[in-house]
Amino acid sequence: MSKIIEGLKYSESHEWVKVEGNVAVVGVSDFAQKEMGDITYVDLPDVDDEVEAGEEFGALESVKAASELISPVSGKVVEVNEELEDTPEKVNEDAYASWIIKVEMSDPSQLDALMDAAAYKNHIGE
Amino acid sequence: MKYYDKLIFELSKEGRCGYSLPVNKFPKAPEVPLELGRKAALLLPEVSEPDVVRHYTNLSQMNFGVDTGFYPLGSCTMKYNPKINEEMAALQGFAGLHPLMHAGLTKGALKVYQEMNKALAAITGMYTFTLDPCAGAHGELTGLMIMRTYHMQRGDFKRTKVIVPDSAHGTNPASAAVCGLEVVEVKSLENGRIDVEALKPLLSDEIAGIMMTNPNTLGLFETEIRTIADLVHKAGGLLYYDGANMNPMMGVVRPGDMGFDIMHLNLHKTFSTPHGGGGPGSGPVGVAKHLEDCIPDLRVSGFHGNFGVILRAYAYILALGKDHIRKVGQYSVLSANYIKECLKDKYKLPIEGVCKHEFVFDGLINDGAHDDVPGATTLDVAKRLLDYGFHAPTIYFPLLFHQALMIEPTETESKETIDAFIDVMRKIADEAAANPMLLHDAPHNTPISRPDETTAARNPILKYQDTL
Repeated sequence: MSKIIEGLKYSESHEWVKVEGNVAVVGVSDFAQKEMGDITYVDLPDVDDEVEAGEEFGALESVKAASELISPVSGKVVEVNEELEDTPEKVNEDAYASWIIKVEMSDPSQLDALMDAAAYKNHIGE
Repeated sequence: MKYYDKLIFELSKEGRCGYSLPVNKFPKAPEVPLELGRKAALLLPEVSEPDVVRHYTNLSQMNFGVDTGFYPLGSCTMKYNPKINEEMAALQGFAGLHPLMHAGLTKGALKVYQEMNKALAAITGMYTFTLDPCAGAHGELTGLMIMRTYHMQRGDFKRTKVIVPDSAHGTNPASAAVCGLEVVEVKSLENGRIDVEALKPLLSDEIAGIMMTNPNTLGLFETEIRTIADLVHKAGGLLYYDGANMNPMMGVVRPGDMGFDIMHLNLHKTFSTPHGGGGPGSGPVGVAKHLEDCIPDLRVSGFHGNFGVILRAYAYILALGKDHIRKVGQYSVLSANYIKECLKDKYKLPIEGVCKHEFVFDGLINDGAHDDVPGATTLDVAKRLLDYGFHAPTIYFPLLFHQALMIEPTETESKETIDAFIDVMRKIADEAAANPMLLHDAPHNTPISRPDETTAARNPILKYQDTL
Protein backbone atom coordinates (compact mmCIF):
# COMPACT_ATOMS: atom_id res chain seq x y z
CA MET A 1 0.00 0.00 0.00
CA SER A 2 1.49 3.32 -1.06
CA LYS A 3 1.47 6.37 1.15
CA ILE A 4 -0.81 9.20 0.03
CA ILE A 5 -0.87 12.50 1.91
CA GLU A 6 -4.08 14.44 2.44
CA GLY A 7 -3.99 18.08 1.38
CA LEU A 8 -1.64 17.57 -1.57
CA LYS A 9 -2.69 17.68 -5.23
CA TYR A 10 -1.77 14.79 -7.54
CA SER A 11 -1.30 14.43 -11.30
CA GLU A 12 -2.12 11.40 -13.43
CA SER A 13 1.60 10.97 -14.10
CA HIS A 14 2.18 10.60 -10.32
CA GLU A 15 3.64 13.97 -9.38
CA TRP A 16 2.42 15.64 -6.18
CA VAL A 17 1.99 19.39 -5.65
CA LYS A 18 2.04 21.29 -2.40
CA VAL A 19 0.76 24.84 -2.76
CA GLU A 20 2.65 27.53 -0.85
CA GLY A 21 1.08 30.84 -1.85
CA ASN A 22 1.88 31.35 -5.51
CA VAL A 23 4.53 28.65 -5.49
CA ALA A 24 3.93 24.98 -6.34
CA VAL A 25 6.31 22.53 -4.67
CA VAL A 26 6.54 19.45 -6.93
CA GLY A 27 7.69 15.91 -6.21
CA VAL A 28 6.74 12.34 -7.15
CA SER A 29 4.36 10.13 -5.19
CA ASP A 30 5.29 7.20 -3.02
CA PHE A 31 3.54 4.98 -5.56
CA ALA A 32 5.81 6.34 -8.31
CA GLN A 33 9.02 5.75 -6.35
CA LYS A 34 7.93 2.19 -5.57
CA GLU A 35 7.16 1.52 -9.23
CA MET A 36 10.54 2.92 -10.28
CA GLY A 37 12.59 0.86 -7.83
CA ASP A 38 15.98 2.12 -6.62
CA ILE A 39 16.39 5.59 -8.10
CA THR A 40 19.91 6.22 -9.29
CA TYR A 41 19.71 9.65 -10.89
CA VAL A 42 17.49 12.72 -10.83
CA ASP A 43 17.75 14.96 -13.89
CA LEU A 44 16.83 18.47 -12.70
CA PRO A 45 15.98 21.61 -14.68
CA ASP A 46 17.79 24.90 -14.04
CA VAL A 47 16.45 27.71 -11.89
CA ASP A 48 14.63 30.27 -14.09
CA ASP A 49 13.64 27.61 -16.64
CA GLU A 50 10.05 27.94 -17.84
CA VAL A 51 7.92 24.82 -17.42
CA GLU A 52 4.58 24.00 -19.04
CA ALA A 53 1.76 22.01 -17.48
CA GLY A 54 1.77 18.53 -19.04
CA GLU A 55 5.30 18.92 -20.40
CA GLU A 56 8.50 17.22 -19.30
CA PHE A 57 10.73 19.16 -16.87
CA GLY A 58 13.25 16.46 -15.94
CA ALA A 59 13.63 12.74 -15.47
CA LEU A 60 14.14 10.01 -12.90
CA GLU A 61 16.37 7.08 -13.60
CA SER A 62 16.34 3.80 -11.73
CA VAL A 63 17.99 0.42 -12.26
CA LYS A 64 14.75 -0.63 -13.95
CA ALA A 65 13.79 2.32 -16.14
CA ALA A 66 14.03 6.01 -16.96
CA SER A 67 10.88 8.05 -16.49
CA GLU A 68 10.01 11.59 -17.49
CA LEU A 69 8.95 14.08 -14.87
CA ILE A 70 5.86 15.95 -16.03
CA SER A 71 5.10 19.39 -14.66
CA PRO A 72 1.60 19.63 -13.17
CA VAL A 73 1.59 23.44 -13.56
CA SER A 74 3.04 26.14 -15.82
CA GLY A 75 5.44 28.76 -14.56
CA LYS A 76 9.04 29.56 -13.72
CA VAL A 77 11.34 27.28 -11.74
CA VAL A 78 12.42 29.25 -8.68
CA GLU A 79 14.28 26.51 -6.82
CA VAL A 80 15.51 22.96 -7.49
CA ASN A 81 16.40 20.37 -4.87
CA GLU A 82 20.11 20.07 -5.64
CA GLU A 83 20.57 17.61 -2.80
CA LEU A 84 19.00 14.95 -5.04
CA GLU A 85 21.87 15.17 -7.49
CA ASP A 86 24.20 13.41 -5.07
CA THR A 87 21.61 11.51 -3.08
CA PRO A 88 18.86 10.34 -5.46
CA GLU A 89 17.98 7.59 -2.94
CA LYS A 90 16.22 10.24 -0.82
CA VAL A 91 13.28 9.99 -3.23
CA ASN A 92 12.97 6.30 -2.31
CA GLU A 93 13.40 7.01 1.39
CA ASP A 94 10.65 9.64 1.57
CA ALA A 95 8.99 10.71 -1.65
CA TYR A 96 7.02 13.48 0.04
CA ALA A 97 9.95 15.03 1.92
CA SER A 98 12.05 14.95 -1.26
CA TRP A 99 10.55 17.75 -3.29
CA ILE A 100 12.13 18.14 -6.74
CA ILE A 101 11.32 21.66 -7.97
CA LYS A 102 9.48 24.77 -6.85
CA VAL A 103 7.51 26.58 -9.53
CA GLU A 104 6.16 30.13 -9.45
CA MET A 105 2.79 29.50 -11.04
CA SER A 106 1.64 31.58 -14.00
CA ASP A 107 -1.86 30.11 -13.88
CA PRO A 108 -2.88 28.75 -10.45
CA SER A 109 -6.25 27.68 -11.88
CA GLN A 110 -4.38 24.71 -13.42
CA LEU A 111 -4.40 23.23 -9.91
CA ASP A 112 -8.12 22.57 -10.32
CA ALA A 113 -7.35 19.94 -12.96
CA LEU A 114 -5.31 17.90 -10.45
CA MET A 115 -6.61 15.15 -8.16
CA ASP A 116 -7.05 15.26 -4.41
CA ALA A 117 -5.80 12.42 -2.21
CA ALA A 118 -9.01 10.38 -2.51
CA ALA A 119 -9.16 10.68 -6.30
CA TYR A 120 -5.47 9.79 -6.59
CA LYS A 121 -5.94 6.74 -4.37
CA ASN A 122 -8.63 5.68 -6.78
CA HIS A 123 -6.37 6.46 -9.76
CA ILE A 124 -3.65 4.07 -8.62
CA GLY A 125 -6.23 1.46 -7.72
CA GLU A 126 -5.21 0.94 -4.09
CA MET B 1 31.46 -22.66 -15.71
CA LYS B 2 34.82 -22.08 -14.09
CA TYR B 3 34.97 -19.16 -11.70
CA TYR B 4 37.66 -16.65 -12.56
CA ASP B 5 37.71 -13.12 -11.19
CA LYS B 6 41.29 -11.85 -11.56
CA LEU B 7 42.14 -8.49 -13.04
CA ILE B 8 45.11 -8.44 -15.38
CA PHE B 9 46.71 -5.91 -13.01
CA GLU B 10 46.62 -8.42 -10.19
CA LEU B 11 48.87 -10.74 -12.23
CA SER B 12 51.44 -8.01 -12.74
CA LYS B 13 54.98 -8.57 -11.40
CA GLU B 14 57.48 -5.74 -11.60
CA GLY B 15 60.03 -6.28 -14.38
CA ARG B 16 58.21 -9.22 -15.97
CA CYS B 17 57.99 -8.91 -19.69
CA GLY B 18 56.14 -10.78 -22.42
CA TYR B 19 57.62 -9.18 -25.52
CA SER B 20 60.94 -8.17 -27.05
CA LEU B 21 61.11 -5.24 -29.41
CA PRO B 22 63.95 -4.75 -31.93
CA VAL B 23 66.30 -1.82 -31.39
CA ASN B 24 64.75 1.39 -32.73
CA LYS B 25 66.82 2.38 -35.77
CA PHE B 26 64.86 5.51 -36.45
CA PRO B 27 65.61 8.97 -35.12
CA LYS B 28 63.81 9.93 -31.96
CA ALA B 29 60.39 11.44 -32.46
CA PRO B 30 60.13 15.18 -31.85
CA GLU B 31 59.68 16.12 -28.21
CA VAL B 32 56.08 16.15 -27.04
CA PRO B 33 55.24 19.61 -25.70
CA LEU B 34 55.60 19.56 -21.94
CA GLU B 35 51.99 20.42 -21.20
CA LEU B 36 50.83 17.44 -23.28
CA GLY B 37 53.24 14.94 -21.75
CA ARG B 38 52.12 12.31 -19.26
CA LYS B 39 52.96 13.30 -15.70
CA ALA B 40 53.01 9.87 -14.09
CA ALA B 41 54.23 6.60 -15.55
CA LEU B 42 51.64 4.70 -17.56
CA LEU B 43 50.07 2.01 -15.42
CA LEU B 44 50.50 -1.09 -17.57
CA PRO B 45 50.44 -4.63 -16.28
CA GLU B 46 53.77 -6.46 -16.49
CA VAL B 47 52.93 -10.03 -17.42
CA SER B 48 54.30 -12.96 -19.40
CA GLU B 49 52.72 -14.23 -22.60
CA PRO B 50 51.19 -17.38 -21.02
CA ASP B 51 49.76 -15.20 -18.22
CA VAL B 52 48.04 -13.01 -20.81
CA VAL B 53 46.76 -15.96 -22.84
CA ARG B 54 45.42 -17.80 -19.79
CA HIS B 55 43.90 -14.66 -18.33
CA TYR B 56 41.83 -13.80 -21.38
CA THR B 57 40.99 -17.41 -22.20
CA ASN B 58 39.67 -17.87 -18.66
CA LEU B 59 37.64 -14.68 -18.93
CA SER B 60 36.24 -15.74 -22.30
CA GLN B 61 35.05 -19.01 -20.77
CA MET B 62 32.76 -17.04 -18.50
CA ASN B 63 30.95 -15.62 -21.49
CA PHE B 64 27.54 -16.78 -22.54
CA GLY B 65 26.86 -16.44 -26.23
CA VAL B 66 24.79 -17.93 -28.98
CA ASP B 67 27.71 -20.30 -29.67
CA THR B 68 27.47 -21.69 -26.12
CA GLY B 69 23.73 -21.91 -25.56
CA PHE B 70 20.14 -20.90 -26.27
CA TYR B 71 19.57 -17.15 -26.26
CA PRO B 72 15.80 -16.44 -26.41
CA LEU B 73 15.98 -12.64 -26.18
CA GLY B 74 12.82 -10.95 -27.41
CA SER B 75 12.76 -7.74 -29.44
CA CYS B 76 16.37 -8.19 -30.53
CA THR B 77 16.78 -11.12 -32.88
CA MET B 78 19.79 -12.94 -31.41
CA LYS B 79 20.17 -15.63 -33.98
CA TYR B 80 22.97 -18.04 -34.63
CA ASN B 81 25.80 -16.60 -36.73
CA PRO B 82 26.58 -19.21 -39.42
CA LYS B 83 30.29 -19.92 -39.80
CA ILE B 84 30.09 -19.66 -43.59
CA ASN B 85 29.67 -15.90 -43.10
CA GLU B 86 32.99 -15.78 -41.27
CA GLU B 87 34.68 -17.92 -43.90
CA MET B 88 33.61 -15.54 -46.65
CA ALA B 89 34.68 -12.48 -44.67
CA ALA B 90 38.08 -14.09 -44.10
CA LEU B 91 38.78 -14.49 -47.84
CA GLN B 92 42.00 -12.63 -48.46
CA GLY B 93 40.49 -10.42 -51.17
CA PHE B 94 37.97 -9.08 -48.65
CA ALA B 95 39.94 -9.29 -45.41
CA GLY B 96 42.89 -7.46 -46.94
CA LEU B 97 40.86 -4.51 -48.23
CA HIS B 98 41.77 -1.06 -47.03
CA PRO B 99 39.24 1.78 -47.15
CA LEU B 100 41.71 4.07 -48.89
CA MET B 101 42.69 1.54 -51.54
CA HIS B 102 42.54 2.61 -55.18
CA ALA B 103 39.02 2.14 -56.58
CA GLY B 104 40.36 -0.19 -59.27
CA LEU B 105 41.37 -2.69 -56.60
CA THR B 106 38.03 -2.71 -54.76
CA LYS B 107 35.75 -3.87 -57.54
CA GLY B 108 34.89 -7.10 -55.72
CA ALA B 109 33.67 -5.13 -52.72
CA LEU B 110 31.70 -2.71 -54.91
CA LYS B 111 30.07 -5.68 -56.58
CA VAL B 112 29.03 -7.00 -53.16
CA TYR B 113 27.41 -3.62 -52.41
CA GLN B 114 25.49 -3.68 -55.69
CA GLU B 115 24.33 -7.27 -55.35
CA MET B 116 23.40 -6.73 -51.71
CA ASN B 117 21.35 -3.68 -52.68
CA LYS B 118 19.44 -5.80 -55.20
CA ALA B 119 18.95 -8.69 -52.76
CA LEU B 120 17.58 -6.43 -50.02
CA ALA B 121 15.29 -4.68 -52.50
CA ALA B 122 13.94 -8.07 -53.60
CA ILE B 123 13.38 -9.26 -50.02
CA THR B 124 11.66 -6.06 -48.87
CA GLY B 125 9.90 -4.76 -51.96
CA MET B 126 11.77 -1.46 -51.74
CA TYR B 127 13.24 0.20 -54.83
CA THR B 128 16.78 0.86 -53.67
CA PHE B 129 18.92 0.98 -50.51
CA THR B 130 21.77 2.91 -49.01
CA LEU B 131 23.96 0.46 -47.12
CA ASP B 132 25.83 3.16 -45.22
CA PRO B 133 24.05 3.45 -41.85
CA CYS B 134 26.00 1.65 -39.14
CA ALA B 135 23.12 0.42 -36.95
CA GLY B 136 19.36 0.46 -36.54
CA ALA B 137 19.07 3.86 -34.87
CA HIS B 138 21.45 5.36 -37.45
CA GLY B 139 19.17 3.91 -40.13
CA GLU B 140 16.08 5.38 -38.45
CA LEU B 141 17.63 8.83 -38.36
CA THR B 142 18.71 8.55 -41.99
CA GLY B 143 15.22 7.34 -42.95
CA LEU B 144 13.50 10.19 -41.12
CA MET B 145 15.82 12.70 -42.76
CA ILE B 146 14.76 11.22 -46.10
CA MET B 147 11.13 11.70 -44.99
CA ARG B 148 11.78 15.37 -44.14
CA THR B 149 13.66 15.91 -47.38
CA TYR B 150 10.75 14.46 -49.35
CA HIS B 151 8.28 16.94 -47.83
CA MET B 152 10.64 19.89 -48.09
CA GLN B 153 11.45 19.18 -51.73
CA ARG B 154 7.74 19.53 -52.37
CA GLY B 155 7.68 22.85 -50.53
CA ASP B 156 5.62 21.26 -47.77
CA PHE B 157 7.20 22.77 -44.65
CA LYS B 158 4.32 22.25 -42.25
CA ARG B 159 4.92 18.54 -41.71
CA THR B 160 6.85 18.47 -38.45
CA LYS B 161 5.08 15.69 -36.55
CA VAL B 162 5.57 11.96 -36.67
CA ILE B 163 3.16 9.38 -35.26
CA VAL B 164 4.61 6.58 -33.15
CA PRO B 165 2.54 3.77 -31.57
CA ASP B 166 2.74 3.31 -27.80
CA SER B 167 4.16 -0.18 -28.40
CA ALA B 168 7.14 1.13 -30.40
CA HIS B 169 10.80 0.52 -29.68
CA GLY B 170 12.24 3.41 -27.67
CA THR B 171 14.56 4.31 -30.52
CA ASN B 172 11.61 5.44 -32.70
CA PRO B 173 10.62 8.52 -30.69
CA ALA B 174 14.29 9.17 -29.93
CA SER B 175 15.25 9.18 -33.62
CA ALA B 176 12.28 11.42 -34.45
CA ALA B 177 13.28 13.89 -31.76
CA VAL B 178 16.90 13.96 -32.95
CA CYS B 179 15.58 14.63 -36.46
CA GLY B 180 13.70 17.66 -35.12
CA LEU B 181 10.27 16.07 -35.46
CA GLU B 182 7.60 16.18 -32.79
CA VAL B 183 6.35 12.79 -31.63
CA VAL B 184 2.61 12.09 -31.44
CA GLU B 185 1.65 8.83 -29.75
CA VAL B 186 -1.12 6.57 -31.02
CA LYS B 187 -2.64 4.05 -28.62
CA SER B 188 -2.99 0.31 -29.06
CA LEU B 189 -6.22 -1.66 -28.81
CA GLU B 190 -6.81 -4.42 -26.26
CA ASN B 191 -5.68 -6.90 -28.91
CA GLY B 192 -2.28 -5.20 -29.11
CA ARG B 193 -2.77 -3.66 -32.55
CA ILE B 194 -2.85 0.03 -33.49
CA ASP B 195 -6.23 1.64 -32.85
CA VAL B 196 -7.22 2.85 -36.33
CA GLU B 197 -10.02 5.00 -34.90
CA ALA B 198 -7.50 6.69 -32.57
CA LEU B 199 -5.19 7.24 -35.52
CA LYS B 200 -7.71 9.05 -37.73
CA PRO B 201 -8.01 12.28 -35.72
CA LEU B 202 -4.19 12.53 -35.52
CA LEU B 203 -3.80 12.72 -39.29
CA SER B 204 -3.44 16.24 -40.64
CA ASP B 205 -1.30 18.33 -42.95
CA GLU B 206 1.25 18.60 -40.11
CA ILE B 207 2.00 14.87 -40.10
CA ALA B 208 5.24 13.91 -41.85
CA GLY B 209 4.54 10.22 -41.41
CA ILE B 210 4.12 7.26 -39.09
CA MET B 211 6.80 4.89 -37.77
CA MET B 212 5.72 1.29 -37.40
CA THR B 213 7.19 -2.07 -36.65
CA ASN B 214 5.33 -4.97 -38.19
CA PRO B 215 4.94 -7.37 -36.50
CA ASN B 216 4.94 -4.96 -33.59
CA THR B 217 6.83 -5.21 -30.34
CA LEU B 218 4.32 -7.69 -28.97
CA GLY B 219 5.10 -9.99 -31.90
CA LEU B 220 1.66 -9.34 -33.40
CA PHE B 221 1.02 -8.65 -37.04
CA GLU B 222 -0.67 -5.30 -37.63
CA THR B 223 -3.64 -6.72 -39.48
CA GLU B 224 -4.98 -3.27 -40.40
CA ILE B 225 -1.77 -2.24 -42.10
CA ARG B 226 -3.33 -1.64 -45.52
CA THR B 227 -6.05 0.58 -44.03
CA ILE B 228 -3.42 2.45 -42.02
CA ALA B 229 -1.25 2.89 -45.12
CA ASP B 230 -4.17 4.27 -47.13
CA LEU B 231 -5.16 6.69 -44.37
CA VAL B 232 -1.63 8.00 -43.87
CA HIS B 233 -0.98 8.35 -47.59
CA LYS B 234 -4.28 10.15 -48.13
CA ALA B 235 -3.27 12.62 -45.42
CA GLY B 236 -0.03 13.24 -47.32
CA GLY B 237 2.21 11.37 -44.86
CA LEU B 238 4.75 8.61 -45.40
CA LEU B 239 5.08 5.20 -43.74
CA TYR B 240 8.34 4.26 -42.09
CA TYR B 241 9.05 0.56 -41.39
CA ASP B 242 11.32 -0.24 -38.47
CA GLY B 243 13.00 -3.45 -39.63
CA ALA B 244 13.73 -4.69 -36.11
CA ASN B 245 11.08 -7.39 -36.48
CA MET B 246 11.70 -8.33 -40.11
CA ASN B 247 12.67 -11.89 -39.19
CA PRO B 248 9.21 -13.55 -39.42
CA MET B 249 8.38 -11.59 -42.58
CA MET B 250 11.37 -12.86 -44.56
CA GLY B 251 10.29 -14.38 -47.82
CA VAL B 252 6.65 -14.26 -46.73
CA VAL B 253 5.52 -10.60 -46.74
CA ARG B 254 7.31 -7.49 -48.02
CA PRO B 255 7.09 -4.07 -46.34
CA GLY B 256 6.98 -2.49 -49.80
CA ASP B 257 3.80 -4.43 -50.57
CA MET B 258 2.26 -3.40 -47.24
CA GLY B 259 2.57 0.24 -48.33
CA PHE B 260 5.73 1.34 -46.55
CA ASP B 261 7.75 4.10 -48.24
CA ILE B 262 10.95 4.05 -46.20
CA MET B 263 12.49 1.36 -44.03
CA HIS B 264 15.65 0.17 -42.40
CA LEU B 265 16.90 -3.35 -41.82
CA ASN B 266 19.14 -4.57 -39.05
CA LEU B 267 21.63 -6.84 -40.76
CA HIS B 268 22.95 -7.76 -37.30
CA LYS B 269 19.52 -9.08 -36.34
CA THR B 270 17.63 -10.48 -39.30
CA PHE B 271 20.65 -11.32 -41.43
CA SER B 272 22.64 -13.25 -38.81
CA THR B 273 25.73 -11.12 -38.31
CA PRO B 274 27.14 -10.99 -34.76
CA HIS B 275 24.92 -8.85 -32.58
CA GLY B 276 25.14 -7.11 -29.24
CA GLY B 277 28.56 -7.23 -27.65
CA GLY B 278 29.61 -9.50 -30.50
CA GLY B 279 30.10 -7.05 -33.31
CA PRO B 280 29.26 -3.83 -35.06
CA GLY B 281 25.83 -3.34 -36.59
CA SER B 282 24.52 -2.33 -39.97
CA GLY B 283 21.23 -0.57 -40.71
CA PRO B 284 20.67 -0.19 -44.48
CA VAL B 285 17.85 2.16 -45.45
CA GLY B 286 15.53 1.39 -48.35
CA VAL B 287 13.07 3.65 -50.14
CA ALA B 288 10.20 3.17 -52.55
CA LYS B 289 10.56 4.36 -56.16
CA HIS B 290 8.94 7.78 -55.59
CA LEU B 291 11.58 8.61 -52.96
CA GLU B 292 14.53 7.68 -55.12
CA ASP B 293 15.66 11.31 -55.36
CA CYS B 294 15.65 11.74 -51.58
CA ILE B 295 18.10 8.96 -50.78
CA PRO B 296 21.45 10.46 -49.83
CA ASP B 297 23.94 10.37 -52.67
CA LEU B 298 26.62 11.44 -50.25
CA ARG B 299 27.94 9.13 -47.61
CA VAL B 300 26.08 9.12 -44.31
CA SER B 301 28.94 7.33 -42.62
CA GLY B 302 32.65 6.91 -43.19
CA PHE B 303 33.65 4.49 -45.95
CA HIS B 304 30.15 3.28 -46.82
CA GLY B 305 29.26 1.69 -43.53
CA ASN B 306 30.46 -1.51 -41.94
CA PHE B 307 31.52 -3.44 -45.00
CA GLY B 308 32.42 -6.59 -43.05
CA VAL B 309 28.87 -6.79 -41.69
CA ILE B 310 27.29 -6.21 -45.09
CA LEU B 311 29.52 -8.92 -46.54
CA ARG B 312 28.54 -11.47 -43.87
CA ALA B 313 24.85 -10.69 -44.37
CA TYR B 314 25.29 -11.09 -48.12
CA ALA B 315 26.89 -14.49 -47.55
CA TYR B 316 23.88 -15.41 -45.37
CA ILE B 317 21.41 -14.45 -48.09
CA LEU B 318 23.32 -16.39 -50.75
CA ALA B 319 23.71 -19.44 -48.52
CA LEU B 320 19.94 -19.59 -47.96
CA GLY B 321 18.79 -18.60 -51.41
CA LYS B 322 15.30 -17.55 -52.38
CA ASP B 323 13.55 -20.77 -51.34
CA HIS B 324 15.09 -21.12 -47.90
CA ILE B 325 14.79 -17.48 -46.87
CA ARG B 326 11.08 -18.10 -46.63
CA LYS B 327 11.72 -20.87 -44.10
CA VAL B 328 13.46 -18.37 -41.81
CA GLY B 329 10.17 -16.55 -41.44
CA GLN B 330 8.09 -19.70 -41.16
CA TYR B 331 10.27 -21.58 -38.66
CA SER B 332 10.80 -18.58 -36.41
CA VAL B 333 7.02 -18.16 -36.20
CA LEU B 334 6.48 -21.87 -35.58
CA SER B 335 9.09 -22.00 -32.79
CA ALA B 336 7.60 -18.97 -31.01
CA ASN B 337 4.04 -20.25 -31.19
CA TYR B 338 5.09 -23.71 -30.00
CA ILE B 339 6.77 -22.27 -26.88
CA LYS B 340 3.84 -19.92 -26.24
CA GLU B 341 1.28 -22.70 -26.38
CA CYS B 342 3.37 -25.04 -24.22
CA LEU B 343 3.78 -22.45 -21.47
CA LYS B 344 0.57 -20.47 -21.37
CA ASP B 345 -0.96 -22.58 -18.60
CA LYS B 346 1.93 -21.49 -16.33
CA TYR B 347 2.57 -17.92 -17.50
CA LYS B 348 0.01 -15.17 -18.12
CA LEU B 349 -0.56 -14.65 -21.82
CA PRO B 350 -2.17 -11.21 -22.10
CA ILE B 351 -3.10 -11.51 -25.77
CA GLU B 352 -4.29 -14.82 -27.17
CA GLY B 353 -3.84 -15.87 -30.77
CA VAL B 354 -1.10 -16.57 -33.26
CA CYS B 355 2.06 -14.55 -32.72
CA LYS B 356 4.87 -14.01 -35.14
CA HIS B 357 8.54 -14.60 -34.17
CA GLU B 358 8.14 -13.44 -30.56
CA PHE B 359 5.53 -13.05 -27.83
CA VAL B 360 5.12 -11.53 -24.40
CA PHE B 361 4.04 -13.14 -21.14
CA ASP B 362 2.94 -10.96 -18.25
CA GLY B 363 4.59 -12.87 -15.42
CA LEU B 364 3.65 -16.10 -13.65
CA ILE B 365 0.07 -17.28 -13.19
CA ASN B 366 0.94 -18.58 -9.72
CA ASP B 367 3.79 -16.53 -8.27
CA GLY B 368 3.70 -18.37 -4.95
CA ALA B 369 3.00 -15.29 -2.81
CA HIS B 370 1.87 -16.27 0.69
CA ASP B 371 1.83 -14.68 4.14
CA ASP B 372 4.83 -12.33 4.24
CA VAL B 373 6.65 -13.95 1.32
CA PRO B 374 6.30 -11.87 -1.85
CA GLY B 375 5.60 -13.71 -5.08
CA ALA B 376 8.24 -14.50 -7.67
CA THR B 377 8.55 -11.77 -10.30
CA THR B 378 9.64 -11.86 -13.91
CA LEU B 379 13.10 -10.80 -12.76
CA ASP B 380 13.24 -13.84 -10.45
CA VAL B 381 12.22 -16.17 -13.28
CA ALA B 382 14.91 -14.68 -15.50
CA LYS B 383 17.56 -15.12 -12.79
CA ARG B 384 16.49 -18.70 -12.15
CA LEU B 385 16.82 -19.53 -15.86
CA LEU B 386 20.54 -18.79 -15.57
CA ASP B 387 20.83 -21.64 -13.07
CA TYR B 388 19.60 -23.99 -15.77
CA GLY B 389 22.07 -22.77 -18.38
CA PHE B 390 19.77 -20.64 -20.52
CA HIS B 391 20.21 -16.99 -21.28
CA ALA B 392 17.32 -14.98 -19.86
CA PRO B 393 14.77 -13.49 -22.27
CA THR B 394 14.06 -9.77 -22.41
CA ILE B 395 12.28 -8.63 -19.27
CA TYR B 396 10.17 -5.58 -18.39
CA PHE B 397 9.87 -4.61 -22.05
CA PRO B 398 7.59 -3.68 -23.71
CA LEU B 399 6.25 -1.35 -21.06
CA LEU B 400 2.63 -2.17 -21.90
CA PHE B 401 2.72 -5.01 -19.37
CA HIS B 402 3.90 -4.90 -15.80
CA GLN B 403 5.77 -8.19 -15.66
CA ALA B 404 6.71 -8.47 -19.33
CA LEU B 405 8.79 -11.49 -20.30
CA MET B 406 9.51 -11.46 -24.00
CA ILE B 407 10.64 -14.59 -25.78
CA GLU B 408 12.04 -14.98 -29.28
CA PRO B 409 13.50 -18.40 -30.04
CA THR B 410 14.48 -17.74 -33.72
CA GLU B 411 14.41 -20.36 -36.46
CA THR B 412 17.68 -22.17 -35.89
CA GLU B 413 16.96 -24.02 -32.63
CA SER B 414 16.21 -27.73 -32.77
CA LYS B 415 13.04 -29.14 -31.27
CA GLU B 416 15.17 -30.76 -28.55
CA THR B 417 16.62 -27.41 -27.48
CA ILE B 418 13.23 -25.75 -27.50
CA ASP B 419 11.69 -28.62 -25.52
CA ALA B 420 14.50 -28.40 -22.96
CA PHE B 421 13.76 -24.68 -22.55
CA ILE B 422 10.03 -25.35 -22.16
CA ASP B 423 10.71 -28.03 -19.52
CA VAL B 424 12.88 -25.64 -17.53
CA MET B 425 10.35 -22.80 -17.78
CA ARG B 426 7.62 -25.13 -16.49
CA LYS B 427 9.87 -26.36 -13.70
CA ILE B 428 10.63 -22.77 -12.67
CA ALA B 429 6.92 -21.96 -12.58
CA ASP B 430 6.35 -24.96 -10.29
CA GLU B 431 9.26 -23.94 -8.08
CA ALA B 432 7.80 -20.43 -7.80
CA ALA B 433 4.43 -21.79 -6.75
CA ALA B 434 5.99 -24.07 -4.11
CA ASN B 435 8.82 -21.89 -2.83
CA PRO B 436 9.24 -18.38 -4.25
CA MET B 437 12.27 -17.80 -1.99
CA LEU B 438 14.24 -20.22 -4.18
CA LEU B 439 13.68 -17.80 -7.06
CA HIS B 440 14.26 -14.64 -5.04
CA ASP B 441 17.75 -15.91 -4.21
CA ALA B 442 18.56 -17.18 -7.72
CA PRO B 443 20.87 -17.63 -9.49
CA HIS B 444 22.56 -20.18 -7.24
CA ASN B 445 24.92 -21.89 -9.71
CA THR B 446 26.55 -18.99 -11.55
CA PRO B 447 29.99 -17.54 -10.67
CA ILE B 448 28.30 -14.54 -9.07
CA SER B 449 24.69 -14.25 -7.98
CA ARG B 450 22.91 -10.89 -8.14
CA PRO B 451 25.23 -7.94 -8.59
CA ASP B 452 24.34 -4.79 -6.65
CA GLU B 453 22.96 -2.83 -9.59
CA THR B 454 21.87 0.10 -7.47
CA THR B 455 25.29 0.78 -5.96
CA ALA B 456 26.88 0.18 -9.37
CA ALA B 457 24.65 2.85 -10.89
CA ARG B 458 24.91 5.32 -8.01
CA ASN B 459 28.64 4.97 -7.36
CA PRO B 460 30.23 3.41 -10.42
CA ILE B 461 33.90 2.43 -10.32
CA LEU B 462 34.94 3.07 -13.88
CA LYS B 463 38.66 2.30 -13.89
CA TYR B 464 41.16 0.17 -12.07
CA GLN B 465 42.84 3.18 -10.45
CA ASP B 466 39.60 4.01 -8.65
CA THR B 467 39.98 0.81 -6.66
CA LEU B 468 43.52 1.59 -5.53
